[in-house]
Formats: sequence, C-alpha cells, structure tokens
Amino acid sequence: MMSNTTWNLDPSLESTALVQIKPQYELFIDGKWQAPLSKTYFDSINPADETHLAKIAWANQADVDLAVRAARTAYTNVWSQLSGAERGKYLFRIARLMQEKARELAVLETLDGGKPIREARDVDVPLACNHFFYYAGWADKLLEAFPGQNPAALGVAGQITPWNFPLLMLAWKIAPALACGNTVVLKPAETTSLTALKFAEICQEAGLPPGVVNIVTGYGDTGAALVAHPDLDKIAFTGSTAVGKQIQKACIGTTKKLTLELGGKSANIILEDAPIDQAVEGVINAIFFNQGHVCCAGSRLFVQESIATQVLDKLKFRLQSIYVGNPLDKNTDIGAINSKKQLETIERYIQLGLEEGAEIYQPTCELPSAGYYCKPTLFTDVAQSARIVQEEIFGPVLTIQTFRTIEEVVQKANNTPYGLAAGIWTDKGARIFGVSQQLQAGVVWANTYNKFDPASPFGGYKESGFGREGGLHGLRAYLKFPN
Amino acid sequence: MEVLKTYKLYIGGQFPRTESGRSYAVLSQSGQHIANACQGSKKDIRNAVQVARKAQASWAAKTAFNRSQIIYRIAEMLEARKGQFLEELQALGFDLKSATQEVETSIDRCVYYAGWADKYQALLGTVNPVASSHFNFSVPEAMGVVGVVACQQTAILGFISQVLPAIIGGNSVVVIANQKLPLCAITFAEVLATSDVPGGVVNILTGSVEEMLPTLSGHMDVNALSLAQLDSAILEKAQTEAVENLKRVMSYSIDFSQSTAQGLSYISDFQEIKTTWHPVEQIAGGAGGY
Repeated sequence: MMSNTTWNLDPSLESTALVQIKPQYELFIDGKWQAPLSKTYFDSINPADETHLAKIAWANQADVDLAVRAARTAYTNVWSQLSGAERGKYLFRIARLMQEKARELAVLETLDGGKPIREARDVDVPLACNHFFYYAGWADKLLEAFPGQNPAALGVAGQITPWNFPLLMLAWKIAPALACGNTVVLKPAETTSLTALKFAEICQEAGLPPGVVNIVTGYGDTGAALVAHPDLDKIAFTGSTAVGKQIQKACIGTTKKLTLELGGKSANIILEDAPIDQAVEGVINAIFFNQGHVCCAGSRLFVQESIATQVLDKLKFRLQSIYVGNPLDKNTDIGAINSKKQLETIERYIQLGLEEGAEIYQPTCELPSAGYYCKPTLFTDVAQSARIVQEEIFGPVLTIQTFRTIEEVVQKANNTPYGLAAGIWTDKGARIFGVSQQLQAGVVWANTYNKFDPASPFGGYKESGFGREGGLHGLRAYLKFPN
Repeated sequence: MEVLKTYKLYIGGQFPRTESGRSYAVLSQSGQHIANACQGSKKDIRNAVQVARKAQASWAAKTAFNRSQIIYRIAEMLEARKGQFLEELQALGFDLKSATQEVETSIDRCVYYAGWADKYQALLGTVNPVASSHFNFSVPEAMGVVGVVACQQTAILGFISQVLPAIIGGNSVVVIANQKLPLCAITFAEVLATSDVPGGVVNILTGSVEEMLPTLSGHMDVNALSLAQLDSAILEKAQTEAVENLKRVMSYSIDFSQSTAQGLSYISDFQEIKTTWHPVEQIAGGAGGY
C-alpha cells in the first residue's frame, strides 16, 4: 500500500468582485423585467456557506401564461419572419457576449450552485458559449442538414433545466431552439436561477427581439404550469426520470413534441489491459466531477477481477488527495452539494448502503462547518440488486463491482432501467468498438469520461429519456418534418 | 370437398394456436363467415415478447447486407404467393383492382425497405468534429423489441409498412394484426416462415386490440410502440401505460397506400443514436484529426 500524503494547500480564492448580484430579480418576459403577478419571491442561497444571495421571482400560472404569449407573439411577428442567416447572427452575437463575460458567468455559477470554480471556468462556461457558437452556424443550413425533408420550426418551446449545469443546460436548450426558428420560455431550476437571469441581460445587450427568450423562475409548480400550457409546441426537459415520466404523461393527447434527458446509473468498466493510472484518474473524474451531480456520472464502477485489488488501492490513495471545500478555491476538486435537500438524499443513500451491508470507504478530510458538503465515498461488496447500485444517487458516491468476463460485465452494465452513458477502459481499439456496440447507452466514452462537445449528440436509451442534444441530431428536437 | 385453412398465431417461427383456446369469426364485407382466427390472449403477448427479445440481438448482429437479402427474399415469396393474397382479399370482399393494388404496393414496399438495410446508417449517423483528441461518431442502433398495432384499415399493406422499417433496422416485433381483417397477416406469416427471417423476429397475433394492447404497452421489456389509426381513447391509454418504462411511441394516422407512407423517417423512428468517443493517439508531427 502506498503511503498517504497530507496536502496543505494555500487557499487560492477566485475574486467575486466581478459579479454584481441584484438584491431582487424579476421575471424576464417580452424583453423586460416584470414583477411577478404572483407577487411572491423565493430566496436563492449559496450552498457553500448558506449565505443569502438574492430574492427571485416565483412565477405562477398567470406569469407563465404571459411569458408564453410573449413568446408566441415574438414567434409569429418577428422570429419566424427572419431568415436563418439573421437568426444565426443573433446567436453568434450572444456567443460572443457570453465569451466576454465568461469569468463573471463562471463565478456566478459557482456562487449559486456550489460547483468548483475550476469546473465552472474551464468546463461549464466555455461549453455553453461554444454551444451557442455551434448552433448559430446551423441556423441557415437546416435545408442542407435534412435534405428533402422540409424542416420547419415548431413554434414556441417550453424548456425546463436542472441545477447541475445551469448555464450549460440553458445553452443546450436555447441555442438549438433559436437556431431552428423557435422562441422559448425557459424555467431554470429553483436553486440555480442566477446565470439564466444573467443570460437574459445578455439577450437584452445582444438586441435579441423581445419575447424570443423568456425566463420564468420558480419551483416545480412553475414548471408544471409551463408543461401544461396549451399554447406550446414543444417541451424539453432535463431532470429526474420520475419528473420526466410525469411530463410525458402530461403531454399525452396534445401535439407537443417532447424530448427528455433524464437520469442515469452509468457503468464505468475497467478491463485488465487498461492503462491503470489513467483509468483511476478517469474514475475520479467520472464520479466526482461536479460533486457527482451529473446525470451521466460513472456511478457504477466495474473492475476486472485480476486488477481489482490494485485499482481499489490506487483509488483509495487518490481519494486521500481530493480536496473538498470552498468552491471558489481553485484547489477545490469537490465543491458544495447543491442544496440541503440533495445533501440529505445523498446521506440517506450512504446510510442505505451501510444497511445493505456494503463496505464503505471515505478519506479522512475535514469538511467546512457551514454549507453542504459530502465526502467522496466508495462502496465495495455491493450486490447487483442493491439499491445503491440500482438507483441514481446524484452525489459523490461510487459503487464498485468486479467481473471476470466481458460477457458478464456487459450483462451487468446493461442490467438497469437507465441507458445514458458508459465508460470503457482498455488498451485495445478493437475491444473498445466491440464492447461499446454491446452497451445500451447513448454515449460511450473510451479511455475518457464526462467529455462533452457541442458537436457531439448527447442523450439516453431506455428510461434515461429520448431525443438528443448537441450535434446534427440535436436539431431534430426543435424541428418538424411536414413532408 | 374443399380443405379449409386453420389460421393460427405466429410466434417464434412456429404456428401455435392461442394458449387461450379461443377463436373468433372473420367476416367478409358482406357479413359472410369466411374463416376463424385465433383470439390471442395476454399470455400469448407475453410469450411473444419473450421470444422477440431472444431473437432481437442476433437479428441486429447480422450484417446489414444479410438483412437486406432476407427482406428482399420476403418480396420474392410475397410475389410467389400473390394469387393466394388476391383470393383471400377477394373473399373478404375487396374487388380485384383494389386487392391487386394493395398486394403489389406491399411487394414494392418490401423491395423498397430491403434496399435500405445497409444505407440508413450512412444517413442517420455522423462523425462529429469534437475539440479534443477523439474520433467521435454517432450511429443508429435498434431500439429492441417494438410492439405494433397494425393498421386497422388495410389487410396487409399497413402491416408491412409498419413492420418492415422496424425490422430492417434490427428490431424484433410483436404485432397485433388488423382485428377485422386478420387473415392476410397470418398468410404473410407463411411468407416470413419461408423467407429466412429468423423465428422470433416477427411475431403475429390475431384477436382483440383492446384486450391485448395493454399487455404490450405496459410490458417492461418492450422498448417502443408503433400504433396506427387507433381511436384517441385507446391511443391515450396505451401512451399512458407506455410511460412506465419510457417506451418510444409512434402513432401514425396516415394513408398507407400513399408514397409518403414509406421513407427513412419510419426507420429512424425505431433507432436510438449512440455516440462513441474513441481516443486518438497524438503522434508528433502528425496533422490534426477528425
């Protein structure tokens, strides 16, 4: 066993001077900030230290209705009248403005959601900008994208985004929708509204016609009102499978086109010929990236028996050097859990794992006294049927199973209702193709994990949802093909 | 004295009777009793799903070229039995002209889809230029087991128009045939049985849609549904049951005799898109990749 090292790093705090958070945010409807008809507001807090950040408008059904009307009017009178090239120019302009405000957006994302500044700065924000830039270029090429199929905009899209990648998920939703000629009403998750509201300011600055993008903040009831609105042509949702199913039911009997990007319990498979150190780093990134708040997180690790002890030893050693703490500190690997509620969920699952008889490993690290934090956690000796193996935890909790043959691991990896992503680590190119063909997952990462790109379609099989976001395939979600 | 045909179910490449031991009368358009068809049961559906699941992986693993040849073989066998279908349709009350049209369009549709087997991948797949050292590509893959409620207006054309795009893409199917006009579907099973289509890839049940559909739409091992011209109450019930395991539900209210009732989109309706990130080694001095 390797010896553990104690890491005493000097704090390297990102400045928050760049960010000005208003005391109170209204709804962004028809290009203007409008006080909610509901007259209610909710608090947004910083999960890293539980300090209050802002009051945020809580939209009710009447507010949602106003937003949908604004989007419909903008669609009919303005956006559908523009050429694809003109729409594209707006998107390019938005992408550029986002790039200019990249650091501000990153700090805001970290303050509001608790993710490490390193990830917000190097992953979330650049990817979000790039997504706009990518889809901007599609706006005037839709006929070439689908030759002979007469692609046409759907109309008005209702979009609901999760709290794990607030700005990035907004980009995944809004960029293709606008490129395809739709207007949108977006509801961000209640714990992470701030970057969406900042994005609204960017839309204003870009001179985007009023009503093309509307942001209605609120809780689940706001989302439900949006889904139920009769004048929408499209619903796009990223979130839990349970809520996704409710939304699918709510859309039955309507003409709303639906895409769902839901939960996962993705398998990360290390074969015995894999480059072990690289694979161990990959496992760390697969499960602890963004505190494990990742729908495609590699939350089920499968290690071939012959290398299991070695991998486990290296994992435990590596865990000891993971830095859990202030998300604004550039040293931080694991930041704050997004909300108290989510922390309770994760802790409940850890307790459940212990009750199910699994063996737990957590590093000895100190957690900040205020805020919501969770140690990176490994579970070994888990049964395939254990709830911590079957259910999505959405936190820094990894279950580890072993296998002997590829047939066995494929069977185990696929033995879940989900089918979002998978990872495979091996030195053999042919084996990568062979195994990835067998895995029921919408995304397969070989010798890497949690990589995203605007050009790369993302989305699941089975109960992980349907439809794709990103790439050429992502356009389909926002077009109809009337033939 | 004429020897009458017993119409049975088609499950796993066999022609079993329904386990329920029931049958119902098939009437011509003028109300004449022509034959009896099996009144399939929920248990028959479950049996069919089980064999469809078993058959699917090896069907999807066949080479695309091989699937193409097998589907083309269906067209050949259908052509050879054209007379039988015409007789059956006329007995049901179709005039010769419309019967001929339906059978000929059906044969053409088999030929059409046979040609797609090794081509849709090139049109539905992409190579994606990601900003890292990866060969990133997206390919279509079969969803798995597709439950089909065949068109209730045509005797065989709708059936073929729904089943072929699903199986050409590597899915297996469990079909509830046209309830009132089930005979051609079972005769088509005879075509399948002699066309090298592996047993279990296409399974055909006759009987009550209302009785059998819930077992299909609620079945946790069915991945998708292809529904045609159901009335809205039955459709919405099936859609609701399908949510349980997030089945992909396609509902067609189209005229299957039209040329727009065939196309790539009917294949892609039952395809998932898988994206793979394959590492690319960086070699010094080499030019940038994909």
